[in-house]
Amino acid sequence: MRLHLLALLAKEPAHGYELKQALEQTFGSAYPSPNIGQIYVTLGRLEKDGLVRAVDVEQSNRPNKKVYYLTAKGRDLLTTWVDEPTEGPRVRDEFFMKLVLAPLTGIADRMALINRQRRHYLSLMSDLNDLLERTPPADRVAILLIEGAMLHLQADLDWLERCQEDLA
Amino acid sequence: MTPVVKTVNLVKIYSDGAVPVPAVRGVDLQVEPGEFVAVMGPSGSGKSTLVHMLGGLDTRTSGEIWLDGKRVDTLSESAWALLRREKIGFVFQFFNLVANMTVGDNVELPALLAGVSPKVARERRESLLAALNLTERADAAPAQLSGGEQQRVALARALANKPSLLLADEPTGNLDSRNTRDVLRLLGEVHKEGQTIVMVTHDARVAALADRLVSLFDGEIVDDGRIARRRSRTAGEVIDLR
Ligand SMILES: Nc1ncnc2c1ncn2[C@@H]1O[C@H](COP(=O)(O)OP(=O)(O)O)[C@@H](O)[C@H]1O
Ligand SMILES: [Mg+2]
Repeated sequence: MRLHLLALLAKEPAHGYELKQALEQTFGSAYPSPNIGQIYVTLGRLEKDGLVRAVDVEQSNRPNKKVYYLTAKGRDLLTTWVDEPTEGPRVRDEFFMKLVLAPLTGIADRMALINRQRRHYLSLMSDLNDLLERTPPADRVAILLIEGAMLHLQADLDWLERCQEDLA
Repeated sequence: MTPVVKTVNLVKIYSDGAVPVPAVRGVDLQVEPGEFVAVMGPSGSGKSTLVHMLGGLDTRTSGEIWLDGKRVDTLSESAWALLRREKIGFVFQFFNLVANMTVGDNVELPALLAGVSPKVARERRESLLAALNLTERADAAPAQLSGGEQQRVALARALANKPSLLLADEPTGNLDSRNTRDVLRLLGEVHKEGQTIVMVTHDARVAALADRLVSLFDGEIVDDGRIARRRSRTAGEVIDLR
Protein backbone atom coordinates (compact mmCIF):
# COMPACT_ATOMS: atom_id res chain seq x y z
CA MET A 1 0.00 0.00 0.00
CA ARG A 2 3.06 2.28 0.43
CA LEU A 3 3.17 3.53 -3.14
CA HIS A 4 -0.59 3.90 -3.41
CA LEU A 5 -0.53 6.26 -0.44
CA LEU A 6 2.43 8.18 -1.86
CA ALA A 7 0.50 8.66 -5.11
CA LEU A 8 -2.51 10.04 -3.27
CA LEU A 9 -0.28 12.39 -1.26
CA ALA A 10 1.37 13.63 -4.47
CA LYS A 11 -1.95 15.25 -5.31
CA GLU A 12 -2.40 16.99 -1.94
CA PRO A 13 -1.50 16.60 1.71
CA ALA A 14 -4.02 14.57 3.67
CA HIS A 15 -4.65 12.87 6.98
CA GLY A 16 -5.16 9.16 7.40
CA TYR A 17 -8.91 9.09 7.17
CA GLU A 18 -8.93 11.22 4.02
CA LEU A 19 -6.54 8.74 2.41
CA LYS A 20 -8.89 5.89 3.22
CA GLN A 21 -11.76 7.76 1.60
CA ALA A 22 -9.67 8.68 -1.44
CA LEU A 23 -8.74 5.01 -1.98
CA GLU A 24 -12.38 3.98 -1.78
CA GLN A 25 -13.47 6.71 -4.18
CA THR A 26 -10.75 5.97 -6.73
CA PHE A 27 -11.13 2.22 -6.85
CA GLY A 28 -14.79 1.77 -6.01
CA SER A 29 -15.64 -1.77 -5.04
CA ALA A 30 -12.43 -2.98 -6.63
CA TYR A 31 -10.33 -2.25 -3.55
CA PRO A 32 -10.69 -4.31 -0.41
CA SER A 33 -11.90 -1.57 1.91
CA PRO A 34 -8.66 -0.40 3.52
CA ASN A 35 -8.35 -0.78 7.24
CA ILE A 36 -7.65 2.58 8.92
CA GLY A 37 -5.17 1.05 11.34
CA GLN A 38 -3.21 -0.36 8.43
CA ILE A 39 -3.12 3.06 6.79
CA TYR A 40 -1.66 4.65 9.95
CA VAL A 41 0.93 1.90 10.30
CA THR A 42 1.98 2.39 6.67
CA LEU A 43 2.14 6.18 7.09
CA GLY A 44 4.34 5.69 10.17
CA ARG A 45 6.77 3.58 8.17
CA LEU A 46 6.81 6.03 5.28
CA GLU A 47 7.59 8.81 7.74
CA LYS A 48 10.42 6.80 9.29
CA ASP A 49 11.91 6.23 5.83
CA GLY A 50 11.76 9.96 5.10
CA LEU A 51 9.26 9.56 2.26
CA VAL A 52 6.53 11.61 3.93
CA ARG A 53 6.46 14.10 6.75
CA ALA A 54 3.64 14.98 9.11
CA VAL A 55 2.49 18.26 10.63
CA ASP A 56 0.14 18.51 13.58
CA VAL A 57 -2.98 20.50 12.89
CA GLU A 58 -4.93 21.74 15.87
CA GLN A 59 -8.62 21.00 16.03
CA SER A 60 -11.14 22.50 18.41
CA ASN A 61 -12.55 20.00 20.93
CA ARG A 62 -10.51 17.15 19.50
CA PRO A 63 -6.96 15.90 19.64
CA ASN A 64 -4.61 17.28 17.00
CA LYS A 65 -4.65 15.49 13.70
CA LYS A 66 -1.62 14.68 11.65
CA VAL A 67 -1.56 15.87 8.06
CA TYR A 68 0.94 14.09 5.86
CA TYR A 69 2.76 15.46 2.87
CA LEU A 70 5.24 14.03 0.37
CA THR A 71 8.99 14.73 0.69
CA ALA A 72 11.36 15.14 -2.28
CA LYS A 73 12.63 11.63 -1.60
CA GLY A 74 9.06 10.32 -1.60
CA ARG A 75 8.38 12.01 -4.91
CA ASP A 76 11.52 10.46 -6.43
CA LEU A 77 10.47 6.99 -5.34
CA LEU A 78 6.98 7.54 -6.72
CA THR A 79 8.32 8.76 -10.08
CA THR A 80 10.54 5.71 -10.38
CA TRP A 81 7.61 3.44 -9.59
CA VAL A 82 5.34 5.04 -12.20
CA ASP A 83 8.04 5.26 -14.88
CA GLU A 84 9.51 1.77 -14.79
CA PRO A 85 7.84 -1.10 -16.65
CA THR A 86 5.83 -3.45 -14.47
CA GLU A 87 6.41 -7.21 -14.24
CA GLY A 88 3.73 -9.19 -16.09
CA PRO A 89 1.46 -11.45 -14.07
CA ARG A 90 2.94 -14.85 -13.35
CA VAL A 91 1.30 -18.01 -14.64
CA ARG A 92 -0.38 -20.14 -12.03
CA ASP A 93 2.63 -22.25 -11.49
CA GLU A 94 1.40 -24.10 -8.44
CA PHE A 95 -1.14 -26.06 -10.42
CA PHE A 96 1.40 -26.64 -13.15
CA MET A 97 3.87 -28.06 -10.61
CA LYS A 98 1.19 -30.41 -9.32
CA LEU A 99 0.38 -31.47 -12.85
CA VAL A 100 3.96 -32.22 -13.78
CA LEU A 101 4.87 -33.91 -10.50
CA ALA A 102 1.62 -35.78 -9.80
CA PRO A 103 2.54 -38.98 -11.68
CA LEU A 104 5.66 -39.31 -9.48
CA THR A 105 3.54 -39.30 -6.35
CA GLY A 106 1.22 -42.01 -7.58
CA ILE A 107 -1.65 -40.04 -6.00
CA ALA A 108 -3.62 -38.60 -8.87
CA ASP A 109 -3.68 -38.97 -12.62
CA ARG A 110 -3.22 -35.92 -14.76
CA MET A 111 -6.53 -36.21 -16.57
CA ALA A 112 -8.37 -36.08 -13.25
CA LEU A 113 -6.32 -33.11 -12.06
CA ILE A 114 -6.98 -31.18 -15.27
CA ASN A 115 -10.69 -31.90 -15.19
CA ARG A 116 -11.04 -30.82 -11.60
CA GLN A 117 -9.05 -27.65 -12.24
CA ARG A 118 -11.18 -26.79 -15.27
CA ARG A 119 -14.34 -26.94 -13.22
CA HIS A 120 -12.68 -24.88 -10.51
CA TYR A 121 -11.80 -22.17 -13.05
CA LEU A 122 -15.37 -22.14 -14.31
CA SER A 123 -16.67 -21.74 -10.82
CA LEU A 124 -14.33 -18.78 -10.32
CA MET A 125 -15.56 -17.40 -13.63
CA SER A 126 -19.14 -17.77 -12.54
CA ASP A 127 -18.24 -15.68 -9.50
CA LEU A 128 -16.82 -12.99 -11.77
CA ASN A 129 -19.92 -13.11 -13.99
CA ASP A 130 -22.09 -12.41 -10.93
CA LEU A 131 -19.79 -9.69 -9.81
CA LEU A 132 -19.80 -7.97 -13.20
CA GLU A 133 -23.57 -8.15 -13.32
CA ARG A 134 -23.82 -6.53 -9.88
CA THR A 135 -21.23 -3.80 -10.45
CA PRO A 136 -22.79 -0.48 -11.52
CA PRO A 137 -21.48 0.73 -14.93
CA ALA A 138 -20.27 3.93 -13.24
CA ASP A 139 -17.80 1.88 -11.18
CA ARG A 140 -15.43 1.83 -14.17
CA VAL A 141 -12.24 0.91 -12.36
CA ALA A 142 -13.91 -2.11 -10.77
CA ILE A 143 -15.39 -3.18 -14.12
CA LEU A 144 -12.02 -3.03 -15.86
CA LEU A 145 -10.47 -5.00 -13.06
CA ILE A 146 -13.11 -7.72 -13.29
CA GLU A 147 -12.73 -7.90 -17.06
CA GLY A 148 -8.99 -8.24 -16.63
CA ALA A 149 -9.46 -11.10 -14.19
CA MET A 150 -11.81 -12.79 -16.68
CA LEU A 151 -9.28 -12.57 -19.48
CA HIS A 152 -6.59 -14.06 -17.26
CA LEU A 153 -8.90 -16.89 -16.31
CA GLN A 154 -9.74 -17.55 -19.95
CA ALA A 155 -6.02 -17.79 -20.69
CA ASP A 156 -5.59 -20.22 -17.79
CA LEU A 157 -8.36 -22.36 -19.20
CA ASP A 158 -6.89 -22.35 -22.71
CA TRP A 159 -3.54 -23.29 -21.28
CA LEU A 160 -5.16 -26.14 -19.35
CA GLU A 161 -6.46 -27.47 -22.64
CA ARG A 162 -2.95 -27.33 -24.11
CA CYS A 163 -1.66 -29.27 -21.10
CA GLN A 164 -4.39 -31.84 -21.62
CA GLU A 165 -3.48 -32.31 -25.26
CA ASP A 166 0.20 -32.81 -24.45
CA LEU A 167 0.43 -34.38 -21.03
CA ALA A 168 -2.74 -36.31 -20.26
CA MET B 1 -38.97 -36.68 -15.14
CA THR B 2 -38.17 -37.71 -18.70
CA PRO B 3 -34.76 -36.45 -19.74
CA VAL B 4 -34.75 -34.00 -22.65
CA VAL B 5 -31.71 -35.73 -24.11
CA LYS B 6 -30.46 -39.24 -23.59
CA THR B 7 -27.77 -41.00 -25.56
CA VAL B 8 -26.76 -44.62 -25.10
CA ASN B 9 -23.31 -45.72 -26.21
CA LEU B 10 -23.40 -43.21 -29.05
CA VAL B 11 -20.74 -43.72 -31.70
CA LYS B 12 -19.80 -41.80 -34.82
CA ILE B 13 -17.14 -43.03 -37.18
CA TYR B 14 -16.55 -40.96 -40.30
CA SER B 15 -15.66 -43.36 -43.06
CA ASP B 16 -15.73 -41.05 -46.09
CA GLY B 17 -11.94 -40.72 -46.18
CA ALA B 18 -9.12 -43.21 -46.72
CA VAL B 19 -9.05 -44.20 -43.04
CA PRO B 20 -12.11 -44.29 -40.79
CA VAL B 21 -12.11 -41.52 -38.17
CA PRO B 22 -13.76 -42.39 -34.84
CA ALA B 23 -15.07 -38.94 -33.80
CA VAL B 24 -17.43 -39.95 -30.99
CA ARG B 25 -16.68 -43.14 -29.12
CA GLY B 26 -19.39 -44.42 -26.86
CA VAL B 27 -21.03 -41.38 -25.30
CA ASP B 28 -23.66 -41.83 -22.59
CA LEU B 29 -25.19 -38.46 -21.87
CA GLN B 30 -28.40 -37.53 -20.11
CA VAL B 31 -29.73 -33.98 -19.86
CA GLU B 32 -32.66 -33.20 -17.57
CA PRO B 33 -35.32 -30.58 -18.31
CA GLY B 34 -34.07 -27.09 -17.50
CA GLU B 35 -30.44 -28.11 -17.32
CA PHE B 36 -27.71 -26.02 -18.94
CA VAL B 37 -24.80 -28.22 -20.01
CA ALA B 38 -21.57 -26.76 -21.35
CA VAL B 39 -19.44 -29.02 -23.54
CA MET B 40 -15.72 -28.31 -23.69
CA GLY B 41 -12.67 -30.10 -24.99
CA PRO B 42 -9.73 -29.65 -27.34
CA SER B 43 -10.20 -29.12 -31.05
CA GLY B 44 -11.05 -32.41 -32.75
CA SER B 45 -12.39 -34.03 -29.58
CA GLY B 46 -15.81 -34.61 -31.15
CA LYS B 47 -17.87 -31.75 -29.72
CA SER B 48 -19.41 -30.60 -32.99
CA THR B 49 -20.06 -34.15 -34.13
CA LEU B 50 -21.88 -34.88 -30.88
CA VAL B 51 -24.21 -31.88 -30.96
CA HIS B 52 -24.84 -32.32 -34.68
CA MET B 53 -26.03 -35.84 -34.01
CA LEU B 54 -28.27 -34.59 -31.19
CA GLY B 55 -29.92 -32.26 -33.70
CA GLY B 56 -30.20 -34.88 -36.43
CA LEU B 57 -27.79 -33.00 -38.68
CA ASP B 58 -25.38 -35.93 -38.75
CA THR B 59 -26.26 -39.63 -38.60
CA ARG B 60 -24.92 -41.84 -35.85
CA THR B 61 -22.86 -44.95 -36.59
CA SER B 62 -24.27 -46.89 -33.65
CA GLY B 63 -25.98 -46.32 -30.33
CA GLU B 64 -29.21 -44.58 -29.43
CA ILE B 65 -30.46 -40.99 -29.21
CA TRP B 66 -33.61 -40.12 -27.31
CA LEU B 67 -35.27 -36.69 -27.23
CA ASP B 68 -38.09 -35.98 -24.77
CA GLY B 69 -38.50 -39.72 -24.22
CA LYS B 70 -38.72 -40.56 -27.89
CA ARG B 71 -36.17 -42.58 -29.82
CA VAL B 72 -34.96 -40.39 -32.67
CA ASP B 73 -31.81 -41.91 -34.15
CA THR B 74 -34.00 -44.17 -36.28
CA LEU B 75 -36.10 -41.32 -37.71
CA SER B 76 -36.25 -40.50 -41.41
CA GLU B 77 -34.86 -37.24 -42.74
CA SER B 78 -38.32 -35.71 -43.03
CA ALA B 79 -39.36 -36.80 -39.55
CA TRP B 80 -36.20 -35.18 -38.24
CA ALA B 81 -37.03 -31.97 -40.07
CA LEU B 82 -40.40 -31.84 -38.37
CA LEU B 83 -38.93 -32.63 -34.97
CA ARG B 84 -36.32 -29.91 -35.34
CA ARG B 85 -38.95 -27.36 -36.23
CA GLU B 86 -41.00 -28.20 -33.16
CA LYS B 87 -38.45 -28.97 -30.54
CA ILE B 88 -34.94 -27.79 -31.27
CA GLY B 89 -33.32 -24.40 -31.59
CA PHE B 90 -29.92 -24.27 -33.28
CA VAL B 91 -27.01 -21.92 -33.23
CA PHE B 92 -24.48 -23.55 -35.52
CA GLN B 93 -21.83 -21.95 -37.64
CA PHE B 94 -23.00 -23.37 -40.95
CA PHE B 95 -26.70 -23.41 -40.15
CA ASN B 96 -27.26 -20.10 -41.84
CA LEU B 97 -29.89 -17.44 -41.81
CA VAL B 98 -32.34 -17.22 -44.69
CA ALA B 99 -30.54 -14.79 -47.00
CA ASN B 100 -33.52 -13.17 -48.69
CA MET B 101 -35.46 -12.47 -45.52
CA THR B 102 -34.90 -9.57 -43.14
CA VAL B 103 -33.27 -10.09 -39.78
CA GLY B 104 -36.63 -9.58 -38.07
CA ASP B 105 -38.41 -12.12 -40.25
CA ASN B 106 -35.61 -14.63 -39.72
CA VAL B 107 -36.23 -14.38 -36.00
CA GLU B 108 -39.99 -14.56 -36.32
CA LEU B 109 -40.16 -17.46 -38.77
CA PRO B 110 -39.44 -20.43 -36.46
CA ALA B 111 -42.19 -19.45 -34.06
CA LEU B 112 -44.68 -19.11 -36.94
CA LEU B 113 -43.58 -22.47 -38.35
CA ALA B 114 -44.05 -24.03 -34.94
CA GLY B 115 -47.67 -22.79 -34.97
CA VAL B 116 -47.44 -19.96 -32.45
CA SER B 117 -50.02 -17.17 -33.00
CA PRO B 118 -48.76 -14.24 -35.13
CA LYS B 119 -49.25 -11.86 -32.22
CA VAL B 120 -47.13 -13.94 -29.84
CA ALA B 121 -44.51 -14.57 -32.53
CA ARG B 122 -44.23 -10.82 -33.08
CA GLU B 123 -43.89 -10.09 -29.38
CA ARG B 124 -41.23 -12.71 -29.01
CA ARG B 125 -39.34 -11.28 -32.00
CA GLU B 126 -39.35 -7.78 -30.56
CA SER B 127 -38.22 -8.84 -27.11
CA LEU B 128 -35.41 -11.06 -28.41
CA LEU B 129 -34.12 -8.40 -30.81
CA ALA B 130 -34.19 -5.86 -28.00
CA ALA B 131 -32.40 -8.17 -25.57
CA LEU B 132 -29.58 -8.66 -28.07
CA ASN B 133 -29.36 -5.00 -29.05
CA LEU B 134 -30.54 -5.73 -32.60
CA THR B 135 -33.76 -3.73 -32.81
CA GLU B 136 -32.22 -1.25 -35.22
CA ARG B 137 -31.06 -4.06 -37.51
CA ALA B 138 -34.49 -5.69 -37.84
CA ASP B 139 -35.00 -4.58 -41.45
CA ALA B 140 -31.48 -5.37 -42.62
CA ALA B 141 -30.62 -8.41 -44.72
CA PRO B 142 -28.40 -11.01 -43.02
CA ALA B 143 -25.58 -10.30 -45.50
CA GLN B 144 -25.42 -6.69 -44.28
CA LEU B 145 -24.60 -7.80 -40.75
CA SER B 146 -21.22 -8.23 -39.09
CA GLY B 147 -20.19 -11.71 -37.92
CA GLY B 148 -21.12 -10.87 -34.35
CA GLU B 149 -24.53 -9.54 -35.37
CA GLN B 150 -25.25 -12.66 -37.41
CA GLN B 151 -24.43 -14.81 -34.40
CA ARG B 152 -26.82 -12.85 -32.23
CA VAL B 153 -29.58 -13.09 -34.84
CA ALA B 154 -28.99 -16.85 -35.02
CA LEU B 155 -29.39 -17.03 -31.25
CA ALA B 156 -32.57 -14.94 -31.29
CA ARG B 157 -33.98 -17.16 -34.01
CA ALA B 158 -33.06 -20.33 -32.16
CA LEU B 159 -34.93 -19.14 -29.08
CA ALA B 160 -37.96 -17.76 -30.92
CA ASN B 161 -40.23 -20.76 -30.45
CA LYS B 162 -39.03 -21.64 -26.97
CA PRO B 163 -37.68 -25.01 -28.09
CA SER B 164 -37.42 -27.91 -25.65
CA LEU B 165 -33.74 -27.98 -26.45
CA LEU B 166 -31.31 -25.26 -27.46
CA LEU B 167 -28.24 -26.68 -29.19
CA ALA B 168 -25.35 -24.34 -29.81
CA ASP B 169 -21.88 -24.81 -31.23
CA GLU B 170 -19.50 -21.94 -30.38
CA PRO B 171 -22.24 -19.30 -30.42
CA THR B 172 -20.04 -16.44 -29.20
CA GLY B 173 -16.97 -16.86 -31.40
CA ASN B 174 -17.20 -13.44 -33.06
CA LEU B 175 -18.58 -11.30 -30.27
CA ASP B 176 -16.92 -8.34 -28.64
CA SER B 177 -17.23 -7.92 -24.90
CA ARG B 178 -20.29 -5.65 -24.95
CA ASN B 179 -22.21 -8.08 -27.18
CA THR B 180 -21.04 -11.07 -25.22
CA ARG B 181 -22.52 -9.43 -22.15
CA ASP B 182 -25.91 -9.14 -23.90
CA VAL B 183 -25.71 -12.79 -24.93
CA LEU B 184 -24.72 -13.86 -21.42
CA ARG B 185 -27.62 -11.97 -19.92
CA LEU B 186 -30.12 -13.45 -22.37
CA LEU B 187 -28.83 -16.99 -21.89
CA GLY B 188 -28.98 -16.52 -18.14
CA GLU B 189 -32.58 -15.32 -18.39
CA VAL B 190 -33.91 -18.06 -20.67
CA HIS B 191 -32.12 -20.63 -18.54
CA LYS B 192 -33.79 -19.22 -15.43
CA GLU B 193 -37.13 -19.56 -17.24
CA GLY B 194 -36.41 -23.25 -17.72
CA GLN B 195 -34.78 -23.44 -21.14
CA THR B 196 -32.73 -26.63 -21.56
CA ILE B 197 -29.38 -25.88 -23.18
CA VAL B 198 -26.51 -27.95 -24.54
CA MET B 199 -23.72 -25.65 -25.65
CA VAL B 200 -20.25 -26.20 -27.03
CA THR B 201 -18.04 -23.29 -26.12
CA HIS B 202 -14.46 -22.25 -25.50
CA ASP B 203 -15.63 -19.06 -23.85
CA ALA B 204 -15.27 -19.49 -20.11
CA ARG B 205 -17.73 -16.68 -19.39
CA VAL B 206 -20.43 -18.54 -21.31
CA ALA B 207 -19.51 -21.96 -19.94
CA ALA B 208 -19.60 -20.56 -16.42
CA LEU B 209 -23.35 -19.90 -16.80
CA ALA B 210 -23.95 -23.64 -17.12
CA ASP B 211 -24.99 -25.92 -14.28
CA ARG B 212 -22.82 -28.70 -15.51
CA LEU B 213 -19.68 -29.23 -17.55
CA VAL B 214 -19.11 -32.18 -19.86
CA SER B 215 -15.50 -32.50 -21.06
CA LEU B 216 -14.74 -34.45 -24.20
CA PHE B 217 -11.37 -35.87 -25.11
CA ASP B 218 -10.74 -38.11 -28.11
CA GLY B 219 -14.46 -38.67 -28.61
CA GLU B 220 -15.13 -39.75 -25.05
CA ILE B 221 -16.58 -38.04 -22.00
CA VAL B 222 -13.68 -37.72 -19.58
CA ASP B 223 -15.43 -35.51 -17.03
CA ASP B 224 -19.05 -34.78 -16.22
CA GLY B 225 -19.90 -32.78 -13.16
CA ARG B 226 -21.47 -29.69 -11.68
CA ILE B 227 -19.94 -26.24 -11.73
CA ALA B 228 -19.92 -25.11 -8.12
CA ARG B 229 -21.61 -21.80 -7.33
CA ARG B 230 -20.01 -19.75 -4.66
CA ARG B 231 -21.80 -16.70 -3.36
CA SER B 232 -19.53 -13.90 -4.20
CA ARG B 233 -18.56 -10.79 -2.43
CA THR B 234 -17.03 -7.61 -3.81
CA ALA B 235 -14.49 -7.22 -6.59
CA GLY B 236 -11.85 -6.35 -4.03
CA GLU B 237 -12.33 -9.67 -2.29
CA VAL B 238 -12.29 -11.74 -5.46
CA ILE B 239 -9.38 -9.97 -7.10
CA ASP B 240 -6.18 -9.30 -5.26
CA LEU B 241 -5.00 -5.77 -6.05
CA ARG B 242 -2.45 -5.87 -3.23
N1 LIG C 1 -17.19 -34.76 -42.18
C1 LIG C 1 -16.12 -35.33 -41.63
N2 LIG C 1 -15.44 -36.30 -42.28
C2 LIG C 1 -14.37 -36.89 -41.71
N3 LIG C 1 -13.89 -36.58 -40.49
C3 LIG C 1 -14.52 -35.63 -39.79
C4 LIG C 1 -15.66 -34.94 -40.32
N4 LIG C 1 -16.08 -34.04 -39.40
C5 LIG C 1 -15.23 -34.16 -38.35
N5 LIG C 1 -14.30 -35.10 -38.57
C6 LIG C 1 -13.25 -35.54 -37.64
O1 LIG C 1 -13.86 -36.00 -36.46
C7 LIG C 1 -13.13 -35.59 -35.31
C8 LIG C 1 -14.02 -34.76 -34.40
O2 LIG C 1 -14.33 -33.57 -35.08
P1 LIG C 1 -15.31 -32.47 -34.47
O3 LIG C 1 -16.55 -33.13 -34.00
O4 LIG C 1 -15.46 -31.39 -35.47
O5 LIG C 1 -14.46 -31.97 -33.21
P2 LIG C 1 -14.55 -30.58 -32.39
O6 LIG C 1 -15.85 -29.93 -32.69
O7 LIG C 1 -14.40 -31.01 -30.97
O8 LIG C 1 -13.37 -29.76 -32.82
C9 LIG C 1 -11.92 -34.85 -35.84
O9 LIG C 1 -10.85 -35.76 -35.91
C10 LIG C 1 -12.35 -34.40 -37.22
O10 LIG C 1 -11.24 -34.29 -38.07
MG1 LIG D 1 -16.23 -27.98 -33.50
